Amino acid sequence: MTAMLTSERRSDQAAAAPGSGLMVEARGVSKSFGTNQVLRSITLDVKRGEVMCMIGPSGSGKSTFLRCINHLENIDAGRLRVDGRLVGYEERGDKLYELKPKVAARQRRDIGMVFQRFNLFPHMTALENVIEAPVQVKGERKGVAVERARALLERVGLSGKADAYPAHLSGGQQQRVAIARALAMEPKLMLFDEPTSALDPELVGEVLDVMKQLAASGMTMIVVTHEMGFAREVADSLVFMDGGVVVEEGDPREVLANPQHERTKAFLGKVL
Amino acid sequence: MTEESEAIRAVRLRHPWRVLAAIVLVLLLALFVLDAANRPAFGWAAFAQYLFDPRIMQAALNTLALTVYSMVAGVLLGVLLAIMRLSPNPVVKSVAWLYLWVFRGTPVYVQLVFWGLLATIYATIDIGIPFTAPWIQFETRDTIDVFWLAVIGLALNEAAYMAEIVRAGIMSVDQGQNEAATALGMSWTKTMRRVVLPQAMRIIIPPTGNEVISMLKTTSLVAAVPYSFDLYGRARDISAATFDPIPLLLVASAWYLAFTSVLMVGQYFLEKRFSRGIGMERQTRRGSDAGRSGAVTTATGPVPGVTTTAGASSAAGSGSVETDGNEPENRPVDPGQTPTGKESG
Ligand SMILES: Nc1ncnc2c1ncn2[C@@H]1O[C@H](COP(=O)(O)OP(=O)(O)OP(=O)(O)O)[C@@H](O)[C@H]1O
Ligand SMILES: [Mg+2]
Repeated sequence: MTAMLTSERRSDQAAAAPGSGLMVEARGVSKSFGTNQVLRSITLDVKRGEVMCMIGPSGSGKSTFLRCINHLENIDAGRLRVDGRLVGYEERGDKLYELKPKVAARQRRDIGMVFQRFNLFPHMTALENVIEAPVQVKGERKGVAVERARALLERVGLSGKADAYPAHLSGGQQQRVAIARALAMEPKLMLFDEPTSALDPELVGEVLDVMKQLAASGMTMIVVTHEMGFAREVADSLVFMDGGVVVEEGDPREVLANPQHERTKAFLGKVL
Repeated sequence: MTEESEAIRAVRLRHPWRVLAAIVLVLLLALFVLDAANRPAFGWAAFAQYLFDPRIMQAALNTLALTVYSMVAGVLLGVLLAIMRLSPNPVVKSVAWLYLWVFRGTPVYVQLVFWGLLATIYATIDIGIPFTAPWIQFETRDTIDVFWLAVIGLALNEAAYMAEIVRAGIMSVDQGQNEAATALGMSWTKTMRRVVLPQAMRIIIPPTGNEVISMLKTTSLVAAVPYSFDLYGRARDISAATFDPIPLLLVASAWYLAFTSVLMVGQYFLEKRFSRGIGMERQTRRGSDAGRSGAVTTATGPVPGVTTTAGASSAAGSGSVETDGNEPENRPVDPGQTPTGKESG
């Protein structure tokens, strides 16, 4: 975490990173709910230290893709790797074996997730929310966890709110606590599913600021968002999804200024 | 226009009918109390004599013990059944459903009679591999005495009702809580224990309080087993000797009432404890960006389940017997009307 805080631009880190440079590697990932095929052969790479923004109309499968990365959903076809390891399965010989719940849970520890509706634990204070997983999942000593949680809350600008319950925090504050809670597990990848969509407009900025700072520290991030300003300013790549396929992908400034596909043009025409 | 607006000083609207109704009610009540105090049939002298009779006090303790043991076992088994009913395994789910079907579908009185006949139906309890000679064999009659048969009967019946209460509580917790906990790497058990159940408690406690109160009164049915050292059974036995049932019915009622009153106070404090962090709702989610994403509008509204307690807790406040509105229940609770009267010996 400290290394992450002090590191320079992420491009330097990406170059220095060990192993393959890929944090997420999706190859032909498909997913159906019953007869409704939500993801149709998604192929995507997210490099270590990269910030990828995903946009697309409602129902295009953005949330589902994030949930697959975190193995909250099983994929039906294709291969999905995070940091070189298959998500939810193990490959032995030419066979795939489903992971035991315990092993799957261990994989999730390294992936932080931030939800549109925050999903803070309402019966715990901000501080308790942040230390919950380190203490309960990693078995960290409470004193250590509290110290780190305080640092994290300070980092998201909420040092004064450690003892407040979620119901007493504004939406923006709740989302920042949620980010701190995810960071407390020291993830190597952060997934954001429309983190500012449920916020009043005046609260969006404070959450985006925290995310910008996180991006600058070198965190690998996949952000589903409709904040085009954020995408333009912070993202390394932009993906436009529609109907479960990646329609267009590229440098965010280029895609936003000069979309190649009709569907992208139509969508951007509506949201910009 | 900076001047202060004028305070309203109006003649209060009078409610003559309300006043009249109140007066009539108070008068009727006073009449009844005066009459009852002087009516020989109530036998107040005998009431005073037996209220703290050692046999009655011991019986009151027995009733409490029956209630506590049955309730604890009923809650534990109920949680297990609730989790079984939410299991993805269809066999496990069906077994739980079958249990509820049988135990909620038959009167608790009949169940208690069956438990009393356990030794007749199963003379011995064998432990070992089925269809081979048992390793250990118990004589049922010597192993389990009637008190514990009563506890088993009450607990198994209670579990069926608790299962539904716990299940409703678990289902009232937002699915997002599950997801957030899972995403943090918490196991299913941890998620249940640390995240879901503590929140479900808010929904579970009010009807459970009613269940405890209801259980306290249902213990008066244990004569069916037959166990007769509970409060009502003892009162009945004493009055059988004195040929004066009414004062002893009043004695038993007084004790039941005292216990339920204490339970209601306890329930109030438990409810307060488990509303931690949720007591003050505040609107934090608005669909202000609804134009951009269809999903946002669904996020509006308070934490699910907060409002659903209202009905149940008001029922608790008035000491009502019903568990909750959607469960048709017909458990006999009036000690005076149980069919046990004639078999006290
Ligand atoms: N658990 C589920 N069961 C069945 N269908 C689902 C489930 N989750 C998502 N879907 C369906 O999958 C499709 C894609 O949903 P998804 O939430 O991934 O879209 P999205 O791009 O995130 O949209 P939004 O912008 O509204 O969040 C939708 O048609 C949705 O109804
Ligand atoms: Mg979504």
